[in-house]
Amino acid sequence: MGEFKVHRVRFFDYMPSAISAMAFNVHTERLAVARADGTVEIYNFADNCFQEKVIPGKDGRTVEALCWAGQRLFSTGLNGEIVEYDLENLRSKYTVEAYGGPVWTISSNSQGTQLAVGCEDGTVKIFELVEDSIQFQSNFDRLKSRVLSLSWHPSGTQIAAGTMDMIRVFNVTTGHATQRMMVDRAAGANKKKEVAVWSVVFLSDNTVISGDSAGKVQVWDSQMGTLIRTHLVTKWDVMALAVSRDESSLLAGTSEGSVVQFQFISARLDQPDKEWQRTRTLRSHSHDVRALVHTDTAAVSGGNDAHLVVRPFMEKVVKGSKESAPCKITFPHRSLVSCGKKAGILLFQFPERLEVWRLGESNENGEELSVTKKPEALIHLKRKGDDHICCSTLSPCGGWLAYASASSVRLFQLQYDNDSIALTKVEMGPLHVLLWFVFFVPHYLPSPSPPPPEVSKQAVHLMSTSDDGQWLATANSDCEVHVYNLKKLKYHCTVPVYGSCPSAMAIHPTGSNVVMVHADQKIFEYSLEQKEYTEWSRSLAKKGLHGSWLNRVAPVTHVSFSASNPDYIILHDMNMFCIIDKSLPLPEKDSDLVGAETQLISNSSVFPSVFKNLLCVGLMEDHSLVVVERPLLDIATRLPAPVRQKKFAT
Amino acid sequence: MVAHADTRVVHRGGSKINFRAPVITQDSRFLICVSGECIKVFSTSTEECIHHLQGHKELVTGLVLNPSNHLQVFSCSEDGTIRLWDFTDGILIRVTLLRILSMHVSAKGDVFLVMPVKRNKKEKFGLVSLNLPPSVEQHVMVKGHTIVFQSVSTDPKCIAFGQGGEYVASVKDNVLHVYFLNKKTFYRFALGTSGEMAARNAFTCVACHPKDDCIATGHGDGKIRLWRNFNQEKEYTFSTVHWHHSGVNALCFTPEGTNLLSGGLESVLVQWRYGQEGQKDFLPRLGSSIKEIVVSPDGSLFCTSHTDNKITVIKNCTKVSAVIQGLVHGDGVKTALMVDPRTKALVLNGKPGHLQFYSLQRDQQLYNLDIVQQEYINQSNLDQFEVVKAALDSRGSWLATVEQRSAKEVEISLKLWAFDEHTQSFVLNTTISAPHDGPISEICFSPSSQNSTTLVSVSLDGHFKAWQLTQPDPSDDEEASWSCDFVGDYHSLEPKCCCFSADGSLLAVSFKEVVTVWSPASWDLLTTLSQPPGAIQDLCFGRLSCSKYLLGATDKNLCCWNLLTCSLEWSTALDVSLLLADPLSENVAAFCGAEKTTDLFVFRPSEPRPHFSQQALCTGRVTRAVFAPRDEPLDGCEESSQWLNRSQLYFLTHNMELLTFLTKPEEERLMALSKQVPTIDDSVAMTPFYLLLGKHRKRVPCNDEADDSRLWGESWNFGVPNLAPGNHVMSSCVSSMCLLRDEEQPTEVEMESEKEEEDSEEEGASVPPRPEHESSDTGAKLGPVLTKAEHRELRGVKKLDYSWIRGLVTSNPVVNTTKQMVKTPKQRVKTPKPMAKTPKPMVKTPKPMVKTTKPMVETTNP
Repeated sequence: MGEFKVHRVRFFDYMPSAISAMAFNVHTERLAVARADGTVEIYNFADNCFQEKVIPGKDGRTVEALCWAGQRLFSTGLNGEIVEYDLENLRSKYTVEAYGGPVWTISSNSQGTQLAVGCEDGTVKIFELVEDSIQFQSNFDRLKSRVLSLSWHPSGTQIAAGTMDMIRVFNVTTGHATQRMMVDRAAGANKKKEVAVWSVVFLSDNTVISGDSAGKVQVWDSQMGTLIRTHLVTKWDVMALAVSRDESSLLAGTSEGSVVQFQFISARLDQPDKEWQRTRTLRSHSHDVRALVHTDTAAVSGGNDAHLVVRPFMEKVVKGSKESAPCKITFPHRSLVSCGKKAGILLFQFPERLEVWRLGESNENGEELSVTKKPEALIHLKRKGDDHICCSTLSPCGGWLAYASASSVRLFQLQYDNDSIALTKVEMGPLHVLLWFVFFVPHYLPSPSPPPPEVSKQAVHLMSTSDDGQWLATANSDCEVHVYNLKKLKYHCTVPVYGSCPSAMAIHPTGSNVVMVHADQKIFEYSLEQKEYTEWSRSLAKKGLHGSWLNRVAPVTHVSFSASNPDYIILHDMNMFCIIDKSLPLPEKDSDLVGAETQLISNSSVFPSVFKNLLCVGLMEDHSLVVVERPLLDIATRLPAPVRQKKFAT
Repeated sequence: MVAHADTRVVHRGGSKINFRAPVITQDSRFLICVSGECIKVFSTSTEECIHHLQGHKELVTGLVLNPSNHLQVFSCSEDGTIRLWDFTDGILIRVTLLRILSMHVSAKGDVFLVMPVKRNKKEKFGLVSLNLPPSVEQHVMVKGHTIVFQSVSTDPKCIAFGQGGEYVASVKDNVLHVYFLNKKTFYRFALGTSGEMAARNAFTCVACHPKDDCIATGHGDGKIRLWRNFNQEKEYTFSTVHWHHSGVNALCFTPEGTNLLSGGLESVLVQWRYGQEGQKDFLPRLGSSIKEIVVSPDGSLFCTSHTDNKITVIKNCTKVSAVIQGLVHGDGVKTALMVDPRTKALVLNGKPGHLQFYSLQRDQQLYNLDIVQQEYINQSNLDQFEVVKAALDSRGSWLATVEQRSAKEVEISLKLWAFDEHTQSFVLNTTISAPHDGPISEICFSPSSQNSTTLVSVSLDGHFKAWQLTQPDPSDDEEASWSCDFVGDYHSLEPKCCCFSADGSLLAVSFKEVVTVWSPASWDLLTTLSQPPGAIQDLCFGRLSCSKYLLGATDKNLCCWNLLTCSLEWSTALDVSLLLADPLSENVAAFCGAEKTTDLFVFRPSEPRPHFSQQALCTGRVTRAVFAPRDEPLDGCEESSQWLNRSQLYFLTHNMELLTFLTKPEEERLMALSKQVPTIDDSVAMTPFYLLLGKHRKRVPCNDEADDSRLWGESWNFGVPNLAPGNHVMSSCVSSMCLLRDEEQPTEVEMESEKEEEDSEEEGASVPPRPEHESSDTGAKLGPVLTKAEHRELRGVKKLDYSWIRGLVTSNPVVNTTKQMVKTPKQRVKTPKPMAKTPKPMVKTPKPMVKTTKPMVETTNP
């Protein structure tokens, strides 16, 4: 493989934002995740939990609740607005003021015709979904305190609303409350503190299950308004509840970071009368679990520690299959770092700013090199406007920098004069100036003539140019990869559509082949000149990839090539990076893979143990590697302190 | 080799009562537990052992209540039999099988056994279901059995029967098996074995909910899992609760299933609410790690058995109401085995940092003496002070202990304890810190009978030191304390062991190959003896007529020197691990290590031929043994068992089992005893004390004089056969004497009893006739007067706080005579056979006593 000088970069202090709400669309298997900074991410559960779309946030917008109504995605926040998102152009479509103060919760009925929102002023409002908009329909009886949680009965005739100290059941048609269920306050010193019902679930057998700030999960009979059973789950809050589609299993997320499962099972095996029994406890978070989703096979949880955790239920999946692997998503599935290969500078992207760093240098040789010249922050560039930065890039020579937000694209020229750096804003001229230069702004794709036939309306999420500036490849979330000839400004071809979304893509500097890695870990190489898959790609597809490669959870986020050896392909995901040597024969499918230098595909080296939590691996012009790491421990220390838990022997 | 068909090695006393879970009877009044080869029935309220169920020939390995008759209990044993007891009487069923490791009875009454089954030529333990034929005969052979599980754990905690006997759950390693007996379906649930978390999650125990279909399992990492829906291959589910920090040793549901009890190393009983597992109650400080938990059928009593051979009875979930303590089997006995001359109790290491006094006759721990007097911290890899040596002087008035901690450098302290007559226990007199520079290898008291006694300590630092009690100035208020009298060494060699001659006039100390003999009076080196090669491992002087001999054991040879001629008398090639002289006879026992087993030779130093020898006594080396003097000499006429006549030899095997020799006549006598078990009175557990006082009190309103006198007869009759323990009967006897005397001088109860003891010390022989005389005299006018006297006596007893025990201890002669007096009728009444054979004891014991008591019995039993 050869030796590399590795720049181990740990000064990118990227902080993922806390997850505040989630919603799962069962029909399309898409999970919408809202973060505290207002970003909404769409994950495709049918495609290996790939982060398909990111709708960038905006200052002043928080998302308290998300809900799907059919294919439409709605969110509400404490600014009192209801937002519908445009999932094709990845921005908000319109906002509707609810006129009830901050809106805590939103929920749609199972038919997808009505939306209910719970407001700070104690009202529950019903909106009707109309084509391209929503329309206010009715107000329910006003309650004395804020409505924190709502749940529709599956039939759509009743709504359970959780407020302070109380759960109310409303009849949707009349708008009157039919039941009032008082929730006990916590014992002891917290007796005077009101209990917030953070979450309610209305089951089809008229059972209401509530989770509250006193740490209780309570089962109620909504017809009689009586308490059936109380499970004391935690000393702190039960923040979220989620029920499975067949209503046999319930999840409760607590402030301690644990997720407790309840199952509807009978005490005696042969008897039909069932009750909710507490069963498993999943501990995957260090902080509050704010959002929970119960899919058919897994528990999906997210919270203040910003991890999205997918924990499959072992009884629902085939053991050893890909679905049975637990999955923890911390970093976005796209690149936040770009390398100026020739200049040895790095660009880091944050939602509100950009940073340009120059790499350090060392004159030594050996295993561990001490840095003689420290890395240096060149530029802090703050964005303009409210919209968060959604993508950015740096030219290989380091002389050009561009970023885009939902509303604008900005281009800058960098000039280095020994120690001083000059940054000049360049007015966006004709787009052909930027030939050597790639930035992937999904909906600002230059539209060459003629447009490719039947191009999908979905936004482009990946873009790649060849080093000589001849080719441009784009990938969108409909899994299409289009190739354009930039010199002629013409559409060139479309790579045959594969069923999984490309997660990383690059054009080879010499061979004019495009290498694509998909979310299901498959690798393809496509010759742009022959317009067909290359020999190596075919033999790879024929032979099949090794199981331990395919069963990896994290998608490959970056592909690059070695300038010295054209047979080398460098891939990395969050947990490892590997170098594939195309010239070596493929390993046997069932062979045992041992050791750190594992042969996964062809003769590839994997370095999982040395480097972890990778954000970027890039090869510089001087044949040195840049590895940008963000240790999870550093993230954890920057989080606010978790709730106090008694630990044994402390 | 001498034939010895009539002697056999048995567990006698000190056997493990925590080996298997005890059983609480339906009415919660009795606790039945295994104890070596026999089964003991205790009263849950008074901790008293009510009787022994004897009959098994090997270790009893299982004990279960008969679900169809709550007055019966099944037991199984390694001897291949299952017996059904009536608590009170004999064997109903007998099944011949191979090795039974434990047994279970499902709620339907089916019997299941854990026994070896062959599978693929490998011997594994399987669970076997048995169909007991409905026969009334005493001995039944069972033919048909079906194997339920092929491979189960030998621990009975790992098998449990579910609600209504519908299914059986078995855990082994990382797998839970559930078998539905009716549907004949089988499910297997495995936990992951790889990974950090899974490394310790092997199953340790299992319990089934009595009403719901829920199985609770305990795990090595301290978790408890509650399994539900276990009739599904995949949809099964479990919840986990975690409090214990180390493995869960025991799990038990209460009979209604409202609570789950768990226990482990923490010695805390945890009570989980079923269905509300977040809420739990604790009962901490139970003394030592919990091994088993049992709940009485009505749920009112919990019972935990502990690793230190203790059973605790807990009432109303919160209060420890009784503690039944057996011999504590520690990790190893560091001290020598000793017999306390006062209480005749065995003294050895008990709980960490304690010495235990264990009565072999009553098979009960008398008390624990805290030597180290420091808090014991239950944590591994922590160096703590341990009692490594202990010695008692010949009269039992001084106790010397050595405690040692070997953290970085060895810390030693020598403590001397004086026996306090007032509190009836040992009180710390002197603490000598760092008495030696190196570890102490042996300490012993000189046996001289004068007041001044000498303690010799031998240390690996090359010296031996003599310590003496120095009387302080009479002007000072200080008590007498111990100080160093002499420091001796010999060519700076390391001393190993020391031994005083029987009269205390000579002290032998071994330095490597050399034995030096010193005069304790002048501390002169008298002579040296040597027999190379090999360092001396053990030394011992002959006793009585053989006191001129000194025996020394090297790792290859056993040598006998004649001290008169200072020459080697004989030597023989033997790998002796322990030499032990019987203090009451000339016999010396030598335990010799053979390959993996131990041989025993009993010989007299003067005679070349051993009296007794037994090869392959037990596996492992025997390094601790003691001759315990008998209360009354046996009259064994067999040559090979004569050495057991005066004292009994107890020894500890390397796995801490206390074994002894039992001669045939003794065994017969014990068997006869066990067969004549009296019926149990329903109201209170029957104890001699109860018989004497409790029952008597009940009869207070009754003026029937004849009745009263009959009572006395009964107590004589009953107490003896039922309970071999002499102390009880003796105490009853003494108090009865007090009672009878009180009657004459009712005003001076306490004084009189004291006086009597003093009296008896002087003229022991004259005492026995007295009570008999008085009782026959006063029998007619006993009624009302006696009750008053008795009340007073009761008060007296309360006030005095077992003053009668003190009486017994202080006045040995009385003890002996009264005991003989009591025991003879026992022989007479119970076992007429040995009587006829051996008329000898009759001659020895006060005959008139026997004769007079017997007519009394007859006349009052119309």
